[in-house]
Amino acid sequence: MSGKLFRLLSIAAWVAAMLCLTGGARASGVLTVAMTAGDIPVTTGTPDQGAEGLRFVGYNLYDALTLWNLQLGDKPTDIKPGLATSWHIDPNDHKRWIFELRHGVKWHDGCDFTADDVLWNMKYSADDKAPEFNPAQFAQARAYLGTYQSVEKVDDYTVAINTKVPDSLLPYEFAQVVMISPCRAKEVKYDWTQYALHPSGTGPYKFDKFVAHQRLELVPNTDYWDKNRVPKQDRLVLIPMPEASTRTAALLSGEVNWIEAPSPDAIDRLKSAGMQIVTRIYPHNWSYQLNFIKGPFTDKRVRQAANYALNRGEVKELLNGLALEEYGTVPPTLPYYGHPIEYKYDPDKAKALLKEAGCMPCKVTFAISTSGSGQMQPLPMNELVKSQMDAVGFEVTLDTMDWNALLQVTREGVDAHPEINGINVSRGSQDPFNALIRHVWTPLWAPKGANWGHYSNPEVDRLVVDILSEFDSEKRLDLLTKLHEKMNEEAVMIFVVHDVNPRALAPSVHGFVQAQNWYQDLTPVSVSP
Amino acid sequence: MIFYILRRILYAIPIALGVSVVCFSLVYIAPGDPLQTVMPPDATAETIEIVKHAYGFDKPIPIQYVIWLGHLLTGDLGMSIATRRPVILEVTDALANTSLLALFAVPLSFIIGYTMGAVAGCFPGRWLDRLVTGTAVVGVSLPNYWLGIVLVVFFAVEYSLLPATGMGPSGSTNFHIFEWSSARYLVLPVFTLAMIPIGILARTTRAAVAEVRNQDFVQTLRAKGLSEFAVIRHVLKNSLPQVMAVMGLQFGYLLGGSILVETVFTWPGSGFLLSKAIINRDVPVLQGTILTLSLVFVATNLVVDLLQSLVDPRIRRA
Repeated sequence: MSGKLFRLLSIAAWVAAMLCLTGGARASGVLTVAMTAGDIPVTTGTPDQGAEGLRFVGYNLYDALTLWNLQLGDKPTDIKPGLATSWHIDPNDHKRWIFELRHGVKWHDGCDFTADDVLWNMKYSADDKAPEFNPAQFAQARAYLGTYQSVEKVDDYTVAINTKVPDSLLPYEFAQVVMISPCRAKEVKYDWTQYALHPSGTGPYKFDKFVAHQRLELVPNTDYWDKNRVPKQDRLVLIPMPEASTRTAALLSGEVNWIEAPSPDAIDRLKSAGMQIVTRIYPHNWSYQLNFIKGPFTDKRVRQAANYALNRGEVKELLNGLALEEYGTVPPTLPYYGHPIEYKYDPDKAKALLKEAGCMPCKVTFAISTSGSGQMQPLPMNELVKSQMDAVGFEVTLDTMDWNALLQVTREGVDAHPEINGINVSRGSQDPFNALIRHVWTPLWAPKGANWGHYSNPEVDRLVVDILSEFDSEKRLDLLTKLHEKMNEEAVMIFVVHDVNPRALAPSVHGFVQAQNWYQDLTPVSVSP
Repeated sequence: MIFYILRRILYAIPIALGVSVVCFSLVYIAPGDPLQTVMPPDATAETIEIVKHAYGFDKPIPIQYVIWLGHLLTGDLGMSIATRRPVILEVTDALANTSLLALFAVPLSFIIGYTMGAVAGCFPGRWLDRLVTGTAVVGVSLPNYWLGIVLVVFFAVEYSLLPATGMGPSGSTNFHIFEWSSARYLVLPVFTLAMIPIGILARTTRAAVAEVRNQDFVQTLRAKGLSEFAVIRHVLKNSLPQVMAVMGLQFGYLLGGSILVETVFTWPGSGFLLSKAIINRDVPVLQGTILTLSLVFVATNLVVDLLQSLVDPRIRRA
């Protein structure tokens, strides 16, 4: 071998070694998460980017009066004290909730948290006449403040929240409304662009760095009021990465050590590379909300036939096992699941019901999306559902649109889209209102609320009013169970599968306990070098 | 020459105005809500109305256009609905990041594409020509997002030689072009982005060179006894205006960024910004980005026209 060739090979080997070294560099103690979100959720309070915004930004920078208890993996989650240590309904006025606030809590900017801050935050989110009003925040928070009327200060550490109607579920709704620091808002003169760059909350993480569209870096709030939830990692980096294949590549190449929602077909590859695949059932449904005004689904037998037509095991197989067969609006793990009618796969029964209803072939159109928050794998899943329904006598047309267009159809309701017989919008359903009531209560007919198909049933409406007026949690649980069972008997949806919240973690990530909830607690997670 | 430049600039003004009308209207033709990004799925009609009013989206579209155009003349492209950052800042940041890719992709594609095309054009019908033409067809035909994914799998996932995504280890604000820890993030997206222009330029150059080689003046040059090298020099110079026109378009294309390539590599450029704005229906960002990119195209074409007229004075007289 000539000396020249030897020198060239040596240089090539050195360059390759340097490339490998730089390529393999990893920071220790830094949890780097690739989110499915298309962008970094806003940091000015209740975030955008769907519920993932609340999961990663809202609940880390901020606290709400009540919080989800995400520390238990083996039990369904419930709310626990947050910025409020306790709450109760005023015994003399069932439209007035009293919240006792936590003492000694400081905002990240050093100001004290008091009742005045709660009043300021409610104006910020709900009063379009107030100087601190933020329309983007109003839009986000409004979904949880449907019955909210006003807020009063009782003393420095007590507030009363008045509702338009008795609402026993209000504390659940307030778990989604996070509080931001009025001190910081005044400091930046209500300039929300500036606030987003210098956010201040009371949450377990503090803001450190933001690069628009690319990354948000948070550091532990070592003075956090809940000492059990002071983050165990040095830094939390959040990166928006909507493409599933990009997230997988980023995890395999070591650029991130945590990815949300890996694609089902990447699971085997990730496992073979030593990644931890974490899943757990939680309240989420992938189903079809139906048109109760016009078309075949106004007939209960047709709705039941559609449910009997589905071989949910095949859908689960399509998802490489990353789903649970869905037979009700909520999964069986929830305390109000009860003993509903379960529409197990029975094609003969489906055919008989369609024949009895005189709908052969039964032509229906579903509005579906190509992607979207919580929509899982909408195209292949819808194709499979269509083939199963067609096999029993339906003739399904899939009206495919992008996520934004489907959301518009959803918000406008069935009156604006009578030609659509069902919409495929998956839903998180951790609290009873969002899980059950919003789909079936007559006052929530879209566009006033989320009852897209205008379902109406006097018995159900009475039950909902009873639930909202029942402040004894045991008795309320019985009523909720009754409602869930009734919704199944009525086959108010075509139930397909529950998501299992899959995520893939690098072997260096330790201490994560996946809660039975859309939201998760990242504070106990540590990352080994 | 000055009159020629002025005339070309005057032509560009109505084009820019037309572009502004089209890009303003387009986003309203698409289904979906411009406030989708700030609106949860269950937003009620009442909530939507209040927020629309707060953002000024309740006004008639022609009035919104006039307001937008008025702000535009002062250099104000509005605020992003999603991030509440000024659109001008969003667009300039993204354009700077894409320009960085273009800065490397343009010379890479020009040098490789032009060389390949010139070689093929000088040896038409020979094996070298077939090899170059075949390679160029592959370059043009390969979907570049697919190529990007394959490169990521090979160089990032399997061998950890280069990073898979992003712009530097801690984002674009800390990107240092002269440091390998940052510059290595450029390699895969630049190569992926250059692939199609290489193919297009190779084919264009080959056709242009082959065409010029058949012109009478080439025979005359040979008859005058010029060496083959000198003849080729003349041929290449005469084929240049045609190649430059295509190069200008490709330059504009590269500056516009590629939605697919930038999404695959999570490169925070103009294509990436555009895709986010489309998904979020962030109308001000969408309008600002489309308008800016269109103006970049108009300006690039103007520069190319002027350069062509410098290389070939016959164009100026036409």
